[in-house]
Amino acid sequence: MKNLQTVGYAALLLLGLVAPFAVYPVLLMKCLCFGLFACAFNLLLGYAGLLSFGHAAFLGMAGYICGYTVQSLGFPPELGILAGTATAGLLGLAIGFLAIRRSGIYFAMITLALAQIVYFFCLKAQFTGAEDGLQGVPRGHLFGVFDLSQPLTMYYTVLAIFVGGVWIIHRTVHSPFGQILKSIRDNEPRAISLGYDVDRFKLLAFVLSAALAGLAGATKTMVFQLASLTDVHWHQSGEVVLMTLLGGMGTIFGPVVGAIVLVLLQDWLTGFGSWVVVLTGLIFIICVLAFRRGILGELLALKARML
Amino acid sequence: MADDHILETSGLTKEFRGFVAVNGVDLKVRRGSIHALIGPNGAGKTTVFNLLTKFLEPTRGRITFNGRDITAERPAALARRGLVRSFQISAVFPHLSVLENVRVALQTRLGTAFHFWKSERTLNKLNDRAMELLEAVDLGAFAGLITVELPYGRKRALEIATTLALEPELMLLDEPTQGMGHEDIDRVVELIRKVSTNRTILMVEHNLSVVSHLCDRITVLARGSVLAEGPYDEVSQNPQVLEAYVGAEHE
Repeated sequence: MKNLQTVGYAALLLLGLVAPFAVYPVLLMKCLCFGLFACAFNLLLGYAGLLSFGHAAFLGMAGYICGYTVQSLGFPPELGILAGTATAGLLGLAIGFLAIRRSGIYFAMITLALAQIVYFFCLKAQFTGAEDGLQGVPRGHLFGVFDLSQPLTMYYTVLAIFVGGVWIIHRTVHSPFGQILKSIRDNEPRAISLGYDVDRFKLLAFVLSAALAGLAGATKTMVFQLASLTDVHWHQSGEVVLMTLLGGMGTIFGPVVGAIVLVLLQDWLTGFGSWVVVLTGLIFIICVLAFRRGILGELLALKARML
Repeated sequence: MADDHILETSGLTKEFRGFVAVNGVDLKVRRGSIHALIGPNGAGKTTVFNLLTKFLEPTRGRITFNGRDITAERPAALARRGLVRSFQISAVFPHLSVLENVRVALQTRLGTAFHFWKSERTLNKLNDRAMELLEAVDLGAFAGLITVELPYGRKRALEIATTLALEPELMLLDEPTQGMGHEDIDRVVELIRKVSTNRTILMVEHNLSVVSHLCDRITVLARGSVLAEGPYDEVSQNPQVLEAYVGAEHE
């Protein structure tokens, strides 16, 4: 079983390594960025039971910070991405600190409200370029050596970041901390009665999730050489919920599958204009009604039944 | 030994928007005893429980545990001091395995609860102790099962094993036999008797035969106040108790 899993991971990695020779790299990188974003979001929803409706703030803000530090301050790409990630983590600390005091719908609404504040900040602030966003962010040289303007170099950098990010999430879920987090998700009063200050655990989960969402956002800026309001808009917060539910919440790779499906759909259906939104809405309804565990969740359940 | 009371309350009162749920309760729980809190439905037993474990803030009154004022303590901190509660509905972690349920409690002493960078394999050193606790409540054979699949009576046993993992000085059990069949009740009663050595137990219980067999002292609550306190034989003869309790139960 353990070996089978290792072989599966190795096969996925191999697939990731050869994919750019068959598929347009920018599309792949978009899949990876949103995959990591959904995965980070799922750390909070699937393992801490907290539905954040403001994760766009972390994705978008990290994108702006990364773009600004690279473009205007001349940071190398690795430092720009790091700055974006750190900022998202700090923002997560502030938003999480206020939001974790409530649960359920109130938690979701507080995160939404605070994310809207971030949106308006980005709209009005000078360094974000307001409605134009930051355009033409130079990709530069990673560690001063690897030229990221080469599509393949950029792709493998993104792949490495994605693998690293997902690995951190996997490790967090399967750590002593992850155990406590799952117990809080399952039965919060009981976790308190065992002596755990649950708010602190939720806050750490929130900060980790925000920082990793930021890592995805900062990486995305380097890929598209662009940071714009789209990424801080609440649409993005909604989309990540859809990605996670579609792929399978509470599984490590489910959200990645959901993100890939959604990104590919949007890519194929660009010709249909706004109908994409209608179609994703339909998919969401079908997903919630017919297969609530999500694509990967249903597959895993099927496998469990067969064994 | 002036201090042989492990838990004391004085004038404990809880009001909800003008409705007095608990009214001036003075409770003394002797160290090493099994103490029952009984009373008709709505007498305020669970509210008292929630006040004692700080899940509710008292409107007035003091609570002392081991001679220390814990009225302002937070619930999680209280658990770390050795006062651990169970819940009316079985409080387990349904999507963790049976072993992991107990291990989550054991993790408190490892001090690595926030270590998100460590592998969960570092927890395996707790498995032996967890298995011992599971064996003690006859759950050894279920260790690998996901808890949601456990029958109800077994979940209560698991809850007790989890609570025991903290080695609490004082265990508060909220209706431990509620919703159980006869065999399960006997099992849980035996279990409580077994775990009561070297510790104090305060329990809310509806089932009077359980109380009469198990408990050293009984406090009867009615309408938020203490009606009587003493050993079962004494309390069960008290006319006021008969009226309030038996009357309400059998009419």
